[in-house]
Amino acid sequence: MEAYETFEYDVLVIGAGGAGLRAVIAAREAGCSVGVVCKSLLGKAHTVMAEGGVAAALGNMKSLDGQNEPDSWKVHLTDTFKGGAFLNNPRTVEIFAKEAPERVLELEQYGAVFDRTPEGLIAERPFGGHKYRRLNHVGDRTGLELIRTVQDKAVGVGMSVHMEVTLTRLLTEDGRVVGAFGYHRDNGKFVVFRAKAFVLATGGWGRMYKFTSNSWEGTGDGLQMAYNVGAELMDMEMIQFHPTGMAWPPGMRGILVTEGVRGEGGILKNNKGERFMFNPDYTPALYKGQFAETPEEAARWLDDKKANRRPPELLPRDVVARAIYKEVEAGRGTEHKAVYLDVTHRGAEYIKRKLPSMYEQFHALGAVDITKEPMEVYPTIHYTMGGVWAEPEGCATSVPGLFAAGEVAAGLHGANRLGGNSLSDILVFGKRAGEGAAAFAKTAKLGKIDNAQIEEELGVLMAPLSATTGESPYAIHSELQETMQNDCMIARTEEGLSRALAKVEELKARAKTLKVSGGTAFNPGWHAARDIRFMLATSEIIVRCALQRKESRGAQWRLDYPSLDAEWGKKNLIATKGSDRVNIVERPITPMTDEIKAIIEEYK
Amino acid sequence: MASKTITLRVFRGDDKGGELVEYKVETFENMVVLDAIHKIQAEQDSSLACRWNCKAAKCGSCSAEIDGKPALMCKTQVHDCAGDSITVTPLRTFPLVKDLVTDVSWNYRMAAKIPPLTPTKETAGKPFNMQQIDVDRVQEFRKCIECFLCQNVCHILRDHERTDAFFGPRQMVRIASLEMHPMDSLNRREQLKGEAGVGFCNITKCCTEVCPESIHITDNAIIPLKERVVDDYYDPVRKGLIAIGLIKKRNKAPLSSVPNDLTKIIS
Repeated sequence: MEAYETFEYDVLVIGAGGAGLRAVIAAREAGCSVGVVCKSLLGKAHTVMAEGGVAAALGNMKSLDGQNEPDSWKVHLTDTFKGGAFLNNPRTVEIFAKEAPERVLELEQYGAVFDRTPEGLIAERPFGGHKYRRLNHVGDRTGLELIRTVQDKAVGVGMSVHMEVTLTRLLTEDGRVVGAFGYHRDNGKFVVFRAKAFVLATGGWGRMYKFTSNSWEGTGDGLQMAYNVGAELMDMEMIQFHPTGMAWPPGMRGILVTEGVRGEGGILKNNKGERFMFNPDYTPALYKGQFAETPEEAARWLDDKKANRRPPELLPRDVVARAIYKEVEAGRGTEHKAVYLDVTHRGAEYIKRKLPSMYEQFHALGAVDITKEPMEVYPTIHYTMGGVWAEPEGCATSVPGLFAAGEVAAGLHGANRLGGNSLSDILVFGKRAGEGAAAFAKTAKLGKIDNAQIEEELGVLMAPLSATTGESPYAIHSELQETMQNDCMIARTEEGLSRALAKVEELKARAKTLKVSGGTAFNPGWHAARDIRFMLATSEIIVRCALQRKESRGAQWRLDYPSLDAEWGKKNLIATKGSDRVNIVERPITPMTDEIKAIIEEYK
Repeated sequence: MASKTITLRVFRGDDKGGELVEYKVETFENMVVLDAIHKIQAEQDSSLACRWNCKAAKCGSCSAEIDGKPALMCKTQVHDCAGDSITVTPLRTFPLVKDLVTDVSWNYRMAAKIPPLTPTKETAGKPFNMQQIDVDRVQEFRKCIECFLCQNVCHILRDHERTDAFFGPRQMVRIASLEMHPMDSLNRREQLKGEAGVGFCNITKCCTEVCPESIHITDNAIIPLKERVVDDYYDPVRKGLIAIGLIKKRNKAPLSSVPNDLTKIIS
């Protein structure tokens, strides 16, 4: 058997994005020794891509009349349910909305430097689906500020950071997670971590799509590791398509254009120059009467937010993404099958001040000057609402010893996430997962490592290096991306999903024999060989859940079942690993308490 | 721009040695160097090692030397490079791991020695009240994406190999962001003068030139830090005034460093 190193901690955190690092801080403050594993260098996680802000009802903003906007956790809770089309777990949302402001203020104490209001408080900006200005921000680089802040704080409280390590298997003893196995990306050496409790904070899995804003890390290995030891996955069909990914030039395809561009007055236009979001067909019943109905009112809103309603460009992400899809399908798109996003009317000086990294990014990466010309945008894969089910109090999954927080976890966002809620999600539940894991660790002992499980995983990992024939993982990945993009993207049908399922099955069979060259030392081909198997398994679950949910809700848009279905609105889909197939069951959503019902009635 | 074929000369090798290997790559409109590297991985040699994450110049992972100039591969357009061939080599200052990947863990170990923000007694635990004008400078420093291009190009680290004596421009920017934070209560001047080695910098501004975030590293961070150290330790007038009791020493608590073993960077 191959040799491997072993490390031991009270708590092992897997993933060093915002959720993972916030969990490190919490577990450490609870007195645990903490190790953290990341696939990249420290501080490079996908959190850096978050731009617009962190949503928390601080209520710092004043209307023109000098009064503070009447924001509160109750309004935030209501907005989050509406955005999620009421598929959200009620208790998760309640905890989230209540604790988000405290978590944001705490960041300031750790060293985050937010933009300020004239009164010297944290500045908050408007965003899609949020009733009041609620996105606490630093220009358009809020994610970078957040991760650097928790990174520095975590370094300050003390942790052991294992950089560039990929874990591929959780090791169990009698159903409890007691270890994690993987390899060092740089030298290819194998490593085992033993801990009393594990926090999964591995983010999302957008890499199986062609148009994606995700980095290479978004392959869903954390999700699959949990699934493979029996964890329940929830809402896997719910994948967010950010309405405005760059569609042209090709080198920038999929790269995100922050919603902040629309928050700062950016408008969407089709090839006829029409501002199509004013088409009343695009506004769902739930939002009727709440958005500006003329361009004049939308323009006045930029200066007077109290007397005017928000522009329809700020409808929730799923709504805007569907509208863009329909415009392009109807032949009103650009020559690159996209629509225009135009912010030039705000003036070069304003754009450079409010959207500096957008300006810089387009200028440098694509030679596009957004102060002078419109961008071409199309929906891009952005976020996974579904994931490992984690109960809200301490973020425990259905597997003992395993906790989950952030994008990998499910429950908060329901069928669609509001912009800005991901950053407050990772703070609120990163902390709770760290505390939950620490509490578990205090009553547990290190478990026993079963070498047979390691041997089995080693077999999977090493096979492509010794294979004499087999396919390239890159070729299979590229076919998978094509399939998921065409048949399991924003608009779904029974026919398309069935086609996708057949293709995924075929690719799974072909991926059993892969071949890569080189050795185990920093070999991207070898890494890709393991990643593709995770992505195929995840794709299958997504497609099967999307087939099963026969309605349109949030991110799930079925052309053959175009309306909300009250019965489907009462249940989540839960996927677990069966002996030879995916088991999917329908589970009733936890009922809302009367208190929450009353809040929603009052603020909806 | 019509598609054409270019030649990429990429360093392949490890700490035992290596060489430039030529690859022909077909370009597309607005192709960046990182796209070209990815194309080589997918179509010609999947064992070519490079780091990347966001491909949007926000994470600072894909630092390399492109035709000898330190830059982010995701931010360098292929058609901006002169001629039909582009040479891509790893950062020279840090130990080579493989191909375009170097061991940059030293940077993280130095960062761990810098005492974090420590709010004053009056502000600890309360929402800060700060004006935008007072945090503009700090926000400039906090734009840093930790690509370590400034560390790579700094001649104290690159040519004189004094990683034992100078934390480098990146950490100067970090210390400056804390020193100039309106709510911070610590004094990092002893550390600056001592182990951080701010005196080693002789203001050649190479770091500023390569910064992809256009942070004015030398002018806005390093020089003001040097002035603070000079003020406290070398200003004869000030020393004299303190000696005769006309002014007092700064009352910020002196603090040297964070214990070495609190955070371990294992790579």
